[in-house]
Amino acid sequence: MKSSEKHTITALVEDRAGVLNRISSMFRRRGYNISSLAVGKSESPGLSRMTFVVDGDAKTVEMVVKNLHKLVEVIKVSDISEENAVSRELALIRVKCDVASRSEIMQIVDIFRAKIVDVSQDTLIVEVTGNEDKVNSLVDLLGSFGVFEVMRTGTVAMSRGTSFEQDKPVSNPRILENAS
Amino acid sequence: MIKKGSQIVCESLLREGCNVVFGIPGGAILPLYQALPEYPELRHILTRHEQGASLAADGYARVTGKPGVAFATSGPGATNLVTGIASAQMDSVPLVIVTGQVNSWTIGSDAFQETDITGITLPITKHNFLVMDASEIATSIKEAFYIANSGRPGPVLVDIPRDVFMQEVEYEEPGELNLPGYSPNFSGHSGQIRKAANLINKSEKPVIVAGHGVIISKAYDELKALAEKAQIPVITTLLGISCFPEDHVLWTGWPGMHGMAYSSFAIEEADLIIALGMRFDDRITGNPSKFALNSKKIHIDVDPSEIGKNIAVDVPIVGDVKEVLSRMNNHVVDATHPSWLKRIDVLKEDHPSLDIPETSKLLARQVVRDISDETKGDATIVTGVGQHQMWAAQHYRFKKPCTFLTSGGSGTMGYEVPAAMGAQVADPESTVWSIAGDGGFQMTLCELATIAENKLPVKFAILNNGFLGMVRQWQEIFFDSSYVSTAYTGNPDFVRLAEAYGIKGIRVTDKTQVKTAIAEAMDHDGPVLVDFIVEQEENVYPMIPSGMTVFDMIEEPVSEKVTT
Repeated sequence: MKSSEKHTITALVEDRAGVLNRISSMFRRRGYNISSLAVGKSESPGLSRMTFVVDGDAKTVEMVVKNLHKLVEVIKVSDISEENAVSRELALIRVKCDVASRSEIMQIVDIFRAKIVDVSQDTLIVEVTGNEDKVNSLVDLLGSFGVFEVMRTGTVAMSRGTSFEQDKPVSNPRILENAS
Repeated sequence: MIKKGSQIVCESLLREGCNVVFGIPGGAILPLYQALPEYPELRHILTRHEQGASLAADGYARVTGKPGVAFATSGPGATNLVTGIASAQMDSVPLVIVTGQVNSWTIGSDAFQETDITGITLPITKHNFLVMDASEIATSIKEAFYIANSGRPGPVLVDIPRDVFMQEVEYEEPGELNLPGYSPNFSGHSGQIRKAANLINKSEKPVIVAGHGVIISKAYDELKALAEKAQIPVITTLLGISCFPEDHVLWTGWPGMHGMAYSSFAIEEADLIIALGMRFDDRITGNPSKFALNSKKIHIDVDPSEIGKNIAVDVPIVGDVKEVLSRMNNHVVDATHPSWLKRIDVLKEDHPSLDIPETSKLLARQVVRDISDETKGDATIVTGVGQHQMWAAQHYRFKKPCTFLTSGGSGTMGYEVPAAMGAQVADPESTVWSIAGDGGFQMTLCELATIAENKLPVKFAILNNGFLGMVRQWQEIFFDSSYVSTAYTGNPDFVRLAEAYGIKGIRVTDKTQVKTAIAEAMDHDGPVLVDFIVEQEENVYPMIPSGMTVFDMIEEPVSEKVTT
């Protein structure tokens, strides 16, 4: 294994005030680097799921996982970097665009199966979904036209197959969510 | 039944077995204090500073094994607790702290005496709560006690706004705890336990390094059984001191920066280190990349995040030391290790770290030795931080568990006064000696008033060298004796100071007076302060400079050394 690389960790946490603070404080205090962080509600009411992409060697990542576990409001932690996992990130990219470059940009957007979601006189907004590398490549390519703004969600990830975290499926997670 | 938040706090504390609280009232927490007369079984000890309350609770917790409880008001009251909370977190001491907060509707508005104490203590507590409704108090306090004193213990803070203390709610006893993210593992993995036993059975030169975890899990008998069964020398860490009787033939001191040289060498020469409830602190490892390279390591700890943190280990076992040892001992076969034990004896002879030079001067070490002799090792010793702390750990011979209270991880000077108070409250019949430095003592001496007020018969031995002694020693060795800001030239007359508090004061300036003064202090019914005017520039040896290895150890210069 390389000495320093990106690892993807997911955590199921209680959806309470201060939880994010507690987690980010732990990362800061122990000197771990978060490359990206995405948080959202999970399938269960009162629980959120987080995806961290962490820079570091295997030992660092092991310590991150252990220290996340130690937090009372963190219920489950999985290091899925070694697993067969799906990881996606969404980005919005505002690109400089004039009549001359428009068709070239549209071609690139097509190749990346991205979408143009807003057009103005001299810019357009591209929406792209994919893993981090794909998003990086598109941002790099569009850079030659002039990129004004990049907004990325950070990676969310899920392991493929049957090794998921909950024992039973939740029949209607959104309704349950509203009921809480 | 309808009850006020303040009443629910008191009833919850009593239900958890708490009967002593250290604290100081103030605006935000006043409604809680006004409920105290209804609960006479909840004894409140009014300290003179909130730091005294959190450190006294720490001393109380270490003696009883129950969480120590402290109250403080919002803002400065709460922030004054912080040093004691951080100390407890570093040394895994269970505390439950209740702080008053400003009224809930003013939180976030920078109200008078508002401080975000849950934010401030977030990295120095095991967990904390801000309780915004009186109906949540009972559950929060139940959770606080459970979290504080299970797994690896630590401080838990419960912050309650003023109006929530006064809020009236239908009171129900809390049900089963619901903490899905918190389940400490006690039992240890059977396969790992057998692996560890196999390593022990194969080892020719094993040592046990027993830490605070042995005391926390009360694994004294299991530790002794393992040591005796396989004839394994027992080294303790600084916080592990008193977990193994020091008159036992297998006791092999404590290692590290100022530990006995033979302990450090034994660890270096061992082929197996059995680490029990300890965390390979830098004061022990020095340079972790060069620490004990000749040995395999078994590490038993209840906190998984300690395993592999500082030192790579061969057989990690996550579990409670007592439970794991009691199972592991069944797989350990009897052994004698005669040549290894002989080698340890040779190390002890070659590196007699506990000899005191023969001199007419009054050495601080001699005072500790005399206290040890006069109390026959039966006292509870509480120290501050620095030279006197190291001398106390080196020269007092401990016989009973939980009799050495010291701030190890965070090195909190001033611990010696309030923690001694807490220890005496915890066990009124015990003899408590606070071995203090003149520096640290002045950081918390206001608690002499609390001690006098509560007639706590704590005996103080100030090893008064007129210096921040350990800092001075570093200046001598590493900074060419340039004593910047370490001389205490304006010390008060500690005897008259004690007398001002109504405490008996004795001054000792000569070696010949030491034993008499100690005996006189012990004969006196109440608190006593003995001001020992000791040699000013005595150094603590041995010394392994920070970040170095056992081979860089500085032992006491031979010219000064005379065997006693």
